[in-house]
Amino acid sequence: MQQHRGFKPLWNKELWQEGLWNNNVVFSQMLALCPLLAVTGTATNGLGMGLISLLVFVISNLLVSMLRGVIPPEVRIPAFVMLIATVVTLVDLMMNAWLHELHQVLGLFIPLIVTNCAILGRAEAFAYKNPVLPSIVDGIAMGLGFTLALVTLGAAREIIGSGTLFANAHLLLGEMFGFLELTVIPNYDGFLLMILPPGAFLMLGFIVAGKRVLERRSTERASAMSPAGC
Amino acid sequence: MIGKGVIKPSYTERPAYFAGILGMIAAIAGSLLVMGFVGTEAPIKQRALEDLQRSLAQVLPAQLHDNDPSLDTLDQPAEGGAVTRFYRATRARVAVASAFEVEEGGYSGPIRLVMGVSSEGLILGVRVLSHTETPGLGDKIEMAKNDWMLSFNGLSLTNLADERWAVKKDGGQFDQFSGATITPRAVVKAVKKGLLLEQRNRAALSRIETVAPPGLSDSQGERQTQASSQAQGASQSQGALQTQGSRQSQLTETH
Repeated sequence: MQQHRGFKPLWNKELWQEGLWNNNVVFSQMLALCPLLAVTGTATNGLGMGLISLLVFVISNLLVSMLRGVIPPEVRIPAFVMLIATVVTLVDLMMNAWLHELHQVLGLFIPLIVTNCAILGRAEAFAYKNPVLPSIVDGIAMGLGFTLALVTLGAAREIIGSGTLFANAHLLLGEMFGFLELTVIPNYDGFLLMILPPGAFLMLGFIVAGKRVLERRSTERASAMSPAGC
Repeated sequence: MIGKGVIKPSYTERPAYFAGILGMIAAIAGSLLVMGFVGTEAPIKQRALEDLQRSLAQVLPAQLHDNDPSLDTLDQPAEGGAVTRFYRATRARVAVASAFEVEEGGYSGPIRLVMGVSSEGLILGVRVLSHTETPGLGDKIEMAKNDWMLSFNGLSLTNLADERWAVKKDGGQFDQFSGATITPRAVVKAVKKGLLLEQRNRAALSRIETVAPPGLSDSQGERQTQASSQAQGASQSQGALQTQGSRQSQLTETH
């Protein structure tokens, strides 16, 4: 996909732009839709899933980048899968032990992170070709982009579907973040379609369409700018 | 482009080398997993025990008993070869109530309930442990969404006639939810089933036989092996209940 040449890793603007917007896992690459559709019933669940995936993104990129000189190209895919599965299993165990409330909400979906093709995709497309530090930054940027997508979709579905925002945020972030829990539309009967999986598809479609419109406008406005990453 | 490493392992391209590398990564992954498993084993068991105690506390009011019901268990055969694990609440070593799980098929999957019943057969509380009902319609059985579950409190098989144990649509006394009748119907059925189960086992439950903690005596082990052989051939949901039961028994043993 993109080649990363410069070695000023940490504040490389391009890396962050790629991960958060231009090459966003969900809105541009259309990957990782399975966990996306499954957990975004509320913004809180989306945030939790996003943060866990972020962690897995970073650790998997770090490991793959560290071992990239050791792993021969012929067996890289099984090696990546093994590494990612190990990371996910460890995260699952640790969350069960120390973040138990969140694990009860998201527990079912954590093993699904293994099948999150975006993580394998980043291992293959970036971490396997780049040094450790840029790979970590790429993991953070891609993970944040994924979190952003999950929270946006979760918030949109939650507001339309049940009239609240960040319900049960205190379970995820602790009591001090209880102020996040808003009732956007009081005495709302709910719009069931949005809470059910079809609502996730519909809302995703609207959001992707919105992003395309924004992108077209910005390219029209500044057509002299460098072409897009993909 | 794809697959070219930055540092190329140019010195060998033999399958044995690949296998060796994969084996090495598997060994690293395996040892990491072992470390992770050992490190989290005790906290995870502790969390599971706390979960159990929390759900028991919801259906067995604390002022009724002076023991820890999660440690005082009794396995009794239930219908269809399954085994129900009763958690007994005692006061001054006299049985006052018990709690147990019941399961019933709902609209889109099993609904698991925990219910507490006093030794007079009165319902002390019913709560949902897990369900997959439609959000917004069937999920009013969660206490967080609706207090419908409280409508069971204080009822028994004697103070509510047999035909009244149904939702209003079926001529009973329990409210159905707008848009969801199957869910409350399943819950009412499960609660009634639970009451019958408790009634059948009441004599056994009121017998306080041992001082030794449960899970250590031989009879307990025998009961479990018997139970697991019974569970073979039972339906899948009963199998699931069974595995959970045996996992909880491991908990009480280590505790």
